[in-house]
Order: sequence, then C-alpha cells, then structure tokens
Amino acid sequence: MPIDRRVFCAATAAFLAAPVRAQFKVEISGVGATQLPIAIARFRDEDRSGQSPSAIIRADLERSGAFRGVDNAAAMDESSSPVWGEWRGRAADALVAGSASRLADGRFDLRFKLWDVVKGADLGGQSNAVEAAELRLGAHRIADFVYEKLTGEKGVFSTRIAYVTRAGSRHTLRVADADGVNDQVALNSGQPIISPAWSPNGKELAYVSFEKQKAVVYVHTVATGERRAIADFRGSNSAPAWSTDGQTLAVTLSRDGGSQLFFIGRNGENPRRITTSQAIDTESEFSADGRWLYFTSDRGGSPQIYRMAAGGGNAERVTFAGSYNISPAVSPDGRSLAYVSRNGNAFRLATLDLSAPGSQPAMLTDTADDEHPSFAPNGRLLIYATKVQGRSVLMTTTLDGKIKARLPSATADLREPVWGPFGR
Amino acid sequence: MTSTPRYLLTLVAVAALSACSSVKLDDAPVESRTGAAVVPGNQNAARDAAASSQTRVAPVDASGGSMAGLGNIPRVVYFDFDSYVVKDEFRPVVEANAKVLTTNPNRKMAVQGHTDERGGSEYNLALGQRRAEAVVKSLTLMGARPTQLEATSFGKERPAVQGESEEAWARNRRAELMAAQ
Repeated sequence: MPIDRRVFCAATAAFLAAPVRAQFKVEISGVGATQLPIAIARFRDEDRSGQSPSAIIRADLERSGAFRGVDNAAAMDESSSPVWGEWRGRAADALVAGSASRLADGRFDLRFKLWDVVKGADLGGQSNAVEAAELRLGAHRIADFVYEKLTGEKGVFSTRIAYVTRAGSRHTLRVADADGVNDQVALNSGQPIISPAWSPNGKELAYVSFEKQKAVVYVHTVATGERRAIADFRGSNSAPAWSTDGQTLAVTLSRDGGSQLFFIGRNGENPRRITTSQAIDTESEFSADGRWLYFTSDRGGSPQIYRMAAGGGNAERVTFAGSYNISPAVSPDGRSLAYVSRNGNAFRLATLDLSAPGSQPAMLTDTADDEHPSFAPNGRLLIYATKVQGRSVLMTTTLDGKIKARLPSATADLREPVWGPFGR
Repeated sequence: MTSTPRYLLTLVAVAALSACSSVKLDDAPVESRTGAAVVPGNQNAARDAAASSQTRVAPVDASGGSMAGLGNIPRVVYFDFDSYVVKDEFRPVVEANAKVLTTNPNRKMAVQGHTDERGGSEYNLALGQRRAEAVVKSLTLMGARPTQLEATSFGKERPAVQGESEEAWARNRRAELMAAQ
C-alpha cells in the first residue's frame, strides 16, 4: 500500500520497522526530517542464497536515517525495466533490484541496479561473485553504493564494529558487521575487557584486559589473534587511543601515581608522560587531523572534557554545561564532539558543536545509562551502549538523535562499542 | 539474532562462531572465507581482494587466573560516594594489614580499587585507582614499604554485589587488599 511521504514525514510518533527476516531483527525508531523513500525489490533467487540481501540493504539504509524503505512485492531483477508510473505511485524516489544466483563453484553472483525513479534514470549497478559466507558483506557493499550515489557521502555499512559481551563471568571481545550481525570472537576471557580501539588501518584492536588481575593494554591483530601487551607497568594501564598514523598510542598510566596521559609506541616502546596534573587525566582521543588530543580530566573539580595540542602545551576546557562530562569522541571532520553527560541520575549521550565555540550541547537520548560513544567513519552515525530493561545493549543514532536503531543481541550484555575505519 | 543460518556458513566460520566457550590461547587462527573474488573485468577486484584479509577474526582465550586471600584478616575498605577518603572506621582494617606487611617484609599485597556501576568504565577505573592509592598511602604511613604494595583498579568492572540500589552501590565502592607474589 502506498504511503504518502508528506504524511509520513509529518508524523511525530516513533515507529517500529521490522524488516522481513528474523535473523536480523532491526528495531529502528524515530522519524527524520528528510528521508528519501527507496524501494528495494526482493532479489531474484535470494530465497535460495540463505541470506536476504534486499532486507539487509533496506535495514542498512534505514538505520542511516537518510532513507525510508518502501514496502513492495515486486518480482524483478537488475535486468528488468521498471514501470516508472507504478513506482511513482508508491511514492518511491529510488529503486534497487538485483539477483543472487548460485554459480557452479558454489559462490553467488550478486548483481544489482539502482534507479532514480523521479528522473527515470539508471544510476548504475555492479556484479560481484561472492562466497556464501560473504553474502552479507556483499549486501552491505550494495547499501554503501546506494548510499554514496544518493547522498554523495561514503556509506559505512561494510565497515566493522568491535564490542565486549559479558555473560556471567565470561567476557568476550567480538567483531561484527556494522549492523551488529555476523559477530566473531576475538578474545575470550574470565576477566573484564574494556576500551577497545581500532587501529587506523582496521587490522588491530588495542584494548584493556584484566586477565593479569590488573588493567593491562594489549594490541591484538584481529586476523591472526597475535597480540602483545604494550603497557604493563606498575599500577593500572588503560584507555588506549591510536594516533592517526597508527605508530603511537595515547594511554593512561598510574605508574607515577594518579592517572596520567602518556604516549607509547605501538610495540610498547618509549613511554613518555604528556600530562602532569594532580588530577585524573584519562580517556584520550586524537582528532582525525592529528592536531588535538581530547581527554577527560577532573582537574577543575569535576570530570570535564579538555583538549590539548597533540604536540604538547596547555590544556583548554571544552565542556562547561553540567558537572560530569566524560568519554569524548571526535567526529572525523573535527566539528562535533560526542560524549556522555550526567544530568541528575541520568547519563546521556550529548554532542557539542566544536565549530561554534560557546554553543550549547545537544542531548541525543532520553535513556539513563548511555556509555562509550564512537563515531562511524563517515561521521553520520554514532554507536553507543545503553541499558534497556536492565540489559546493556548497543544502539546507533543519527547525530540529530532522530533515528535510533538497536543492534541485535542474544542474551549477553553488550558494552564498549567502537566503530572501525573504512577500508575493510 | 537467534536464527543465524549456520547451515549456510562454511565449516571454518561455524568453528569461529562456536568458539565462544572453549577456544584455547594457542588454537590456530580461524578464517571466515571471503568474497574477494570478483567477476572478471570488475574494477573493484583490488579493493575486494584487499578486503578479504580484514574479514578474518581469530579467537583467543585468556581465561584463568585466581587470587589467594589473606586468611582471616579483614581486607575490604568501603568508601562514600565520589570519595577516596579512608574513613576512621576502616582504620583497623588498614592497621591489621599494615602489621602483616611490617612483620613480614617479604610479603606483598595488591590493593584493588572498585567503584559502583554508575558512569563510564575508564573514569571509574581512574576513581578506583585513586581509592587504591589512598589505601596504599595509609598502609605506608603505618610502616609498610612501598615496594610491598601495588595499587590497581577494576573500576566498575568487578562489582562485589549486583543490583541498582544504594545498598548495592555502597558495597561496591571499595578497595580490596589481596595477597600478591
């Protein structure tokens, strides 16, 4: 049934979109101001592929906040000629159709085409042979193609995320597709794991593991499982953050007393102290241009976010509203700071416009236990952890807070999410 | 994600998924194979080939590790909200442990600071560190040597009790004095 786009956009109540397959129950809530209506036809032969590329693509695009899926039951593929009047009647501005045919060698020929329904124009397509196990990745890449063609910006659907699950005393560092599906174990431990951080090339994860009964920073090559402790000094070693060239990490060490920031080489060489305060200095993060180091400090009496030139120098305070602002994440363009702000008993995800000094923070959620925001590499989405009915879950949100999606999870608590770079 | 279609994954991918419970540190890396290959002539071949190496995730197991206690000596100091002051009521706890250390110069102790569950993991780790360092300072003022002591923190990661009540939080804002090698 056609949906009138104006009516849809005017609606203010939250809605739930539950795309077709139970295998990735995507809960998306909220209504964006401008969502392009796009129809994704079921791919020919997708029922026999074991995946549902059309549903994966639709869920990806809807989670971005820039698109709204248009229901349809069209039987077509990339070689079909769309009947424009029919799609315009359904208020679809764009259309994707494709196929997933099994090849003789067991792989799948994943093909698609994208059309601009308004102009009646072919916007291109691709054909890729993929292993069955990579069909999801293939579908994410199609969503990236569509996103980039229609918004002019790179999509992040084929990137990866890392996060930690906790089930009883079992702590597991996992790597999954950006939609939270297809998770794989990177590290199993009987002790906590926190603060994973992707290296700029997406091949390594730095994190804090307590497996030695204290906080130690490791760097872990994801593809091989090879890992090394890079900061295992007396006291606690934590909060790793990669420099933009991947050669140096900022870490928090207590070896000199207190929690202070240090730089250390990627193999643990040459640790050098970069803050000297009587306060807590921790949770550093480099800006994408490498110029700034943002961090949390309670040097002013309450935890606030500060920044200093990455080459050294005086720190300047960045957050002012409220008495508890922690966990800074800087957008790739350097214009936006995401962090967690306490308001009463609620810890909420906030953003601050760094390009407009003195501007007020914007609160993105109405939940009470938000933690650990991390930007998608295109800067258009944030992933964070929060609590829903006592369970820790992962959410993505657009920067205006209007479109949120809960990533799927089984029974475990999901925490400490971090979004990987482009280039998978 | 209860109905992941495992029957469609390759054997190695299944192995990777089922590794959650019992993979040892030295297990061979597991690779979930790869959509690198591309129809001939496709200009994305290079990108896709580069992609395959980043699709692998090899599981590692870091289970194990335990901590011996200190017999019958009380070994927990509790703290007020947002405070790292060792209160007078816990002076006997610190004294008893300081006595163990001063009379046994070869003994070592790890002081582990903890916080309640509210707030961020890293900031809480630093707050727990501060509590542990406050207890270490008290122990050294009572005669223990700094070389016998290491202050560490678990932040909010290892609560003594579960729950979202003030009572539970109060039980979790603590420093534990543990025997160490």
